[in-house]
Amino acid sequence: MEEKKDVQGKLWEVFTQKKTGAPHEHAGSVRAADKEMAMMNARDVYSRRNEAVSLWVVPSECIVASQPEDAGPFFDPANDKAYRNPNFYKTPTGVKQIS
Amino acid sequence: MKESNEALFRYCLRIGDTSLILGHRVSEWCGHAPILEEDIAMANIALDLIGQTKIILNYAGELEGEGRTGDDLAYRRDARDFYNLLMVEQPNGDFAVTMMRQYLVSSYMFLLYSKLRNSTDKTISAFAEKSLKEVAYHVRYSGDWVVRLGDGTEESHQKAQSALDQLWFFVDDMFDADETDMLMFEKGIGADIKSLRIDWNNMIEPKIKEAKLVIPEANNFMRMGSRSGNHTEHLGYILAEMQFLPRAYPDATW
Repeated sequence: MEEKKDVQGKLWEVFTQKKTGAPHEHAGSVRAADKEMAMMNARDVYSRRNEAVSLWVVPSECIVASQPEDAGPFFDPANDKAYRNPNFYKTPTGVKQIS
Repeated sequence: MKESNEALFRYCLRIGDTSLILGHRVSEWCGHAPILEEDIAMANIALDLIGQTKIILNYAGELEGEGRTGDDLAYRRDARDFYNLLMVEQPNGDFAVTMMRQYLVSSYMFLLYSKLRNSTDKTISAFAEKSLKEVAYHVRYSGDWVVRLGDGTEESHQKAQSALDQLWFFVDDMFDADETDMLMFEKGIGADIKSLRIDWNNMIEPKIKEAKLVIPEANNFMRMGSRSGNHTEHLGYILAEMQFLPRAYPDATW
């Protein structure tokens, strides 16, 4: 039997910015054959309900992800180093983006 | 109806019927598009068009002054009383036909609404202003597809060229100005169709060339008639489907 060809295009990751100045956050993914099409599909799928003022699309293959088995050596050592957190400073009044 | 409103009423029906029928045609792809993303994109476009229709047909109902709403005009007229461009009632065909039709008509709408933005009629100019952003996106979306298909594989190129060839018969109908168009233009309400055609040619030609496609030669088989309600056989089938529910159940509500 002939194998069915994948005609859905490459996978792209979509990042949306909710308002100017805010960070772009991962929203999901789309399929598309090229950059332009990826951008348009992202617009149609992820911003049709007014969720974004700016969009990024990135080919999924360009994202390097940490592996689940790396989690121990990667993240556990940070568990017991509270002194790396800036908890002991006072946040100036009016600063909103730091929690 | 006041005599002065009659031409404007008819002018609104032409604009409204064109976006209504195109919106309905595009909505036929819902659930059938080649990939999910395109399905959503086309449903978005269809909804944009139906939204535009609502504004302009409601206004037509007001102008007529006989208590008919936009819905009444959409669902309770027969084919001979529709004035949409012949191009938009043509069947979806393959994806190339749908995208080519969208590109040719969205470009037309884009240029028409750019002119109507300066209309002396406040509702028309507000309608044009609102619709322009949506239509600009439709032009970009469908234009990209025209290039992608035309300058794609041998098969997609052949399908895109065949789409252009079969739709071209309905291009003259888009610019077939009659006395209503003239009157609306003289009053500063409507657009000058002659200059619209020049602008349209200038807009689409580079894109068609970029897509490696050839615009068909002028010929004697151009179909016209939308401005007098003379349609191709396809409109009747669209209306039968679109109007069935409100005609069978006149009191149905959401």
